[in-house]
Amino acid sequence: MTVPAEGFPAAASRELRNRQLRRNLGQATSTIRAKRANVVAEVPDWEQLRAAGSAIKADVMANLDSYLLQFEQALTAAGATVHWARDGAEACAIVAQVARAHGVSEVVKVKSLTTDEIALNESLGREGIHALETDFAELILQLDGDWSSHILVPAIHRNRTEIRNLFRRTIAPEIDSDDPAVLAEAARRYLRERFLSAEVGVSGANFGVAETGTLCVVESEGNGRMCTTLPPVLVSILGIEKLVPSFTDLEVFLQLLPRSSTGERMNPYTSLWTGVSDGDGPQELHVVLLDNGRTRVLRDEVGRQALHCIRCSACLNVCPVYSRTGGHAYGSVYPGPIGAILTPQLIGIENAPTLPFASSLCGACYDACPVKIDIPRVLLHLREQAVEAVDKPAERLAMGAAAWVFRRSDRMRLVQRLMRVLQRPLVRDGRIRRLPRPLSAWTRTRDLRPVAESSFVERNGSGAARR
Amino acid sequence: MKIGLFATCVADTMFPEAATATATILRRLGHQVVVPREQTCCGQMHMNSGYRRSAAPLAERFVATYGAFDAVVSPSSSCVGAIRQLYPELLGIDHPVLERTMELSEFLVHRLGVEDVGATYPHRVTYHPTCHSLRVTRIGDAPLRLLRNVRRLELVELPDAQECCGFGGTFSIKNSETSSAMLADKCDAIESTGAGICTAVDGSCLLQIGGGLSRRGGDTRAVHLAEILASR
Repeated sequence: MTVPAEGFPAAASRELRNRQLRRNLGQATSTIRAKRANVVAEVPDWEQLRAAGSAIKADVMANLDSYLLQFEQALTAAGATVHWARDGAEACAIVAQVARAHGVSEVVKVKSLTTDEIALNESLGREGIHALETDFAELILQLDGDWSSHILVPAIHRNRTEIRNLFRRTIAPEIDSDDPAVLAEAARRYLRERFLSAEVGVSGANFGVAETGTLCVVESEGNGRMCTTLPPVLVSILGIEKLVPSFTDLEVFLQLLPRSSTGERMNPYTSLWTGVSDGDGPQELHVVLLDNGRTRVLRDEVGRQALHCIRCSACLNVCPVYSRTGGHAYGSVYPGPIGAILTPQLIGIENAPTLPFASSLCGACYDACPVKIDIPRVLLHLREQAVEAVDKPAERLAMGAAAWVFRRSDRMRLVQRLMRVLQRPLVRDGRIRRLPRPLSAWTRTRDLRPVAESSFVERNGSGAARR
Repeated sequence: MKIGLFATCVADTMFPEAATATATILRRLGHQVVVPREQTCCGQMHMNSGYRRSAAPLAERFVATYGAFDAVVSPSSSCVGAIRQLYPELLGIDHPVLERTMELSEFLVHRLGVEDVGATYPHRVTYHPTCHSLRVTRIGDAPLRLLRNVRRLELVELPDAQECCGFGGTFSIKNSETSSAMLADKCDAIESTGAGICTAVDGSCLLQIGGGLSRRGGDTRAVHLAEILASR
């Protein structure tokens, strides 16, 4: 996974100018926000569920080494083949190898962020294998050469008229309506035959149960279940952090996830499978356990809570930054608040130094997170690392000077007096309308209140004058 | 009660009237208010911008200045949030004064149990609950309780009130375009209420909202809650 070098502010500036995008996003996020708020409010023990989800994940991270081995053992006993992949390249090579062994030129895919993270489709493409996205939204993006802008609703930035026009150009020339049911039917007809003829399916997993070796995929459309049950061969790729200790732990997450993600009490399809069973479903199951930076994240005691994420996207939907810039501004497979803390940790802070600053620290993400990831806390932690990794001499100088001034009150009073003099030519009608760079970033859209004629402490302070 | 008033750098420099009003309200309630001359800044800007260690001397300074007071009151929930939430780790100890540090409305309603300060303010007012007052210090509806008891004040509800105004400290400069997009929506919401005054408990957010409203050229102004509560 790589992130464009331009950084968040430049990308956001471009995305913010797209009025259609802002309308689509504003409408979509406020609809999901309201749905989520309603179904969360009706659960009396929601806070306890959040606490339980957080505690289970903390336990998994603390004991990941033993849970992983237990998971491997259970899977092997159930007839699956377990592969360990250090990085994306290794994981992609394993999938390609399985596909080649069965002589296929196409695999059908369940929507999976993990496979996006390792750019599986592109990698298979280079080997002459087409990876067909079967999730409705992912299919839309694949047909248009576009990419996901939301964890759960990848095509949230597109509206149905755009989709109708796309389908007309690609899979359904005859289509003349932008009615969602008509669009869905066109995709269904296109996909159905591919499901029936596919020899290899590829999936991610929402959860892996260490105790039993069970994999779990949660979805809305049923296309995922087609991929995990129809082809005789299935490859499931999951990040090593996706484990839960026991089957009963799913009880907590299967309540938290649908309510937080789609705002539903229960998602339409929950698929669970444990190894292979004779005459039912895939007869060959490969499970790829992916590290790709995760063990490095695990080493950071503050940052590791990012690995607790269950990819519900509640933090995106409540984020005032995301809901205005959209996901592409983050330049990462994982956008929004969770992306701002996960991506820099997975690929190294020096490769995504602007992401931790893509937040006003409003805290809405923390309150919405079903597993209580303290995103603002991790953002501050990563900002510290970013400042160390990428030197900005002017900023460092300004911050150092400010700290030096604030260390003594007489210095602060002196600077206040100095500012009063310096601002004189800038103040008109009691406000400042224009400032020099870099503060012009403020006055482009906002007036500034001038420094007051006398400071409060100057007039009212008591005690030692110096220090 | 002997109360140390922490004005904060923003209010001391740009909103001295909010700090003055805070002192006035507390004195009217019979408390002794002291304004230590040594006070400067809580260091939140440094902590939020990746320069946490630069804030350590400021945290130590805060504890040395205010450690002996029965309570510390400030017209900024954001600074109070930084003090209560971030100082313990920064200082390595959870000094008891941190817990005794409160934003004005929180102090009045939750600590003193006062919801009517005897104010009169003949204006149509809308209230913006700032992010850190909602989600860090969690003062709840304390400001609204106080506003509902102000004579002749017409309180109107702000649509999408809990949405951030886009300030975010250095975010407003580093990501000024995103910040401005958030501010534009906030100003639209404020203007849609027809209120002449938008109030809040944080000088920094009022700097952003007031700056936006002023640039748009309408009649709506941003006024700190303390000033409303001190009006007679």
